[in-house]
Amino acid sequence: MAQVSSIAEEQASTPLSSSKSITLRISRYNPKHDDSSVFMEFTVPYQKWTTVLEAILDVKKHFDHSVAVRYSCRQATCGSCGMMINGKPKLACFTKISELNSDVITVEPMSNFPIIRDLAVKFERMFETHHKIKPYLIRDDTELESDAKEFLQSPKEVEQYIQFANCIKCGLCNSACPTMATDSSFVGPQALAQAYRYVADSRDKGKDSRLKMIDEPHGIWRCHFAGSCSQVCPKGVDPAMGIQLLRGYLLGFRS
Amino acid sequence: MRESTIMKIHYGTAIAAVALVAVHVLMRLTQGFAESLEYESVLANYKFVPYAIMLELILVLLSIHGFNGLRVILLELKQGRIYEKAVSYGCLAAMIGLIAYGSRTIIVVNMGLV
Repeated sequence: MAQVSSIAEEQASTPLSSSKSITLRISRYNPKHDDSSVFMEFTVPYQKWTTVLEAILDVKKHFDHSVAVRYSCRQATCGSCGMMINGKPKLACFTKISELNSDVITVEPMSNFPIIRDLAVKFERMFETHHKIKPYLIRDDTELESDAKEFLQSPKEVEQYIQFANCIKCGLCNSACPTMATDSSFVGPQALAQAYRYVADSRDKGKDSRLKMIDEPHGIWRCHFAGSCSQVCPKGVDPAMGIQLLRGYLLGFRS
Repeated sequence: MRESTIMKIHYGTAIAAVALVAVHVLMRLTQGFAESLEYESVLANYKFVPYAIMLELILVLLSIHGFNGLRVILLELKQGRIYEKAVSYGCLAAMIGLIAYGSRTIIVVNMGLV
């Protein structure tokens, strides 16, 4: 225990050595006490490889430990650290300060999500819509039964959906979507892209139920094809294309 | 009605309206602009049955397309069960009202009441 505390003290007293620094503006807001958000500014040293998340953690370590931020893997895999960085939805762990070409970096919570505190937002609505589209293979049989074979797919069949399987549920697409900003009941690009991922999967037999779920007044037809969801995705998923392909099923161009 | 059916109608009416409005514009080009708006000229158009049917079709197509567009915009503006029902039925009633009023003009002229 004493060893742990001495390591913590050593880390806290480590001098910050860097010739370059930026001004990090962090949006502070606690819905329980505050009427509106305020920005707090911190001067943070950085290296060529320093990410925005590392800068925020630096602030927590050296200046203000009460800054609320959600993070986990630090390698763009868990999808926890989505936030608005200089006005655009990005993953903080995947955005290098040196790539932003700015001396001032402003971080805010993601748009279109309710704020828990500071940079942490609630994901309930996104997870609810994700759950609603049944994000799993629907079949009557199972490969676990005896005498059953694996559900084999050709490379061409895999190509139909594989990029959509890269979704990490970070919520950046929903944050960038202009329809999400006005329509609080809209399904959202994340859930629609995942609906396409399973509808296009040759192993899946639940196409009709998924199409029925998204074919409602606040479903797929409210997408205006702004394409901002595809621009901000850190994993290269193209939800806008998935939505257009899904519309093809509903309009009878695809089966 | 399913939303995909409504949107199929929405896209279909748009395509059909573009084609018929193009014919309507071409028909207007056969006359000078001021001349085409003269009272007698307008009445003559309504009394020419094929053209009157086309005008009626344009009215129906644009009313369906326009009021569904308005419904979609209003549904995105605000949400809520009662509001959404009011918007949907309100737009349907307004659409029927506009078609009825426009059709009345054509019918009245053709019955010789003007």
